[in-house]
Amino acid sequence: MIPAWYATVGIAGLAVVTVVTRGFFLFSDRELELPAWAVQGLRYAPLAALVAVIAPEIVLTDGALISTWQDARIYAVLVGTAYFWWRRGILGMILAGTAVLLALRIGLGW
Amino acid sequence: MSLVRHPEFRRGFSETIAPSLGIAAWGLVTGVAMVKSGLSLWLAILMTMVVFAGSAQLAALPLIVAGAPLWVLWATAFCVNLRFVIYSAHWRRYFGHLPRAQRVLLGYLAVDLSYVLFARRFPDPTPQPEQLPYFWGSAAWNWLSWQGASLLGIVLADRVPTEWGLDFAGVLALLGITYSLLSGRKTWIAAGVAGFVAVATFALPLKLNIVTAIGVAVAVGLLLDRSFHDTAPERP
Repeated sequence: MIPAWYATVGIAGLAVVTVVTRGFFLFSDRELELPAWAVQGLRYAPLAALVAVIAPEIVLTDGALISTWQDARIYAVLVGTAYFWWRRGILGMILAGTAVLLALRIGLGW
Repeated sequence: MSLVRHPEFRRGFSETIAPSLGIAAWGLVTGVAMVKSGLSLWLAILMTMVVFAGSAQLAALPLIVAGAPLWVLWATAFCVNLRFVIYSAHWRRYFGHLPRAQRVLLGYLAVDLSYVLFARRFPDPTPQPEQLPYFWGSAAWNWLSWQGASLLGIVLADRVPTEWGLDFAGVLALLGITYSLLSGRKTWIAAGVAGFVAVATFALPLKLNIVTAIGVAVAVGLLLDRSFHDTAPERP
């Protein structure tokens, strides 16, 4: 059993961490003078962050590269990707990819 | 109320609906994980409502269950959230002129999805009047769908089959947005570098592979900009 006071204080602190990290450069009222290269570099940040978050989720299993073709994620990504470049739609991509994923996971146990 | 009627509010709202479906699957699984790890119903609801950061919540759960020292718990969440520190420097370019309380509230609501959609809509980081309504439209729908799905996961924890890996829908959603950001060779190279570094440094603790990958990809992007003399990554 987790002590309620401990979990409550811990969770409250986690909320503070969210506020501090998401607002890190937003607290100060003073002008934030970023060097020109940093401003230019930030343009790559959204793309880089997205890929950094999802790439390990796609190609790793417990920290090791996928080593079998019987992994539902491979086909979900292939079908989702094909759908995206065919129709340019994110909704269809999610639905098609997830359908393939579930079919292979539930049907074949991949 | 004029904010809500602004056409950009609607645009932010509608551009968030499709990807939020995938993100909601993530929220659902996070909700289930909170209850399954042993948090009570009320603590799980408190956690989703105030922490509002899926990856930090998932990293924190085993520590809470193990009764880890509070500073370890908080330091872990801070590291997992480091990418938001980078985002906040970017947000400052758009929202630096607003009052502090409003800046911090916007930052709190600005999860990955809101950030990338916003940066795609407004590639030029200077303040424009359309930005605030777009942000609120996107953030409002994102908050509702994430919290709704998370609460559903908390309530239905015993009935949602996690072994199906439904949360992969979130990966597909972000992959789709990634594709929509790719335009021109430099963005492809930067994305490839980010993916390679994130996987190669996956063994780093506390998800530090993510900030490492962002740092290296941004550096490579800057080098490409210098070498090829265009100003910035091209946009569709």
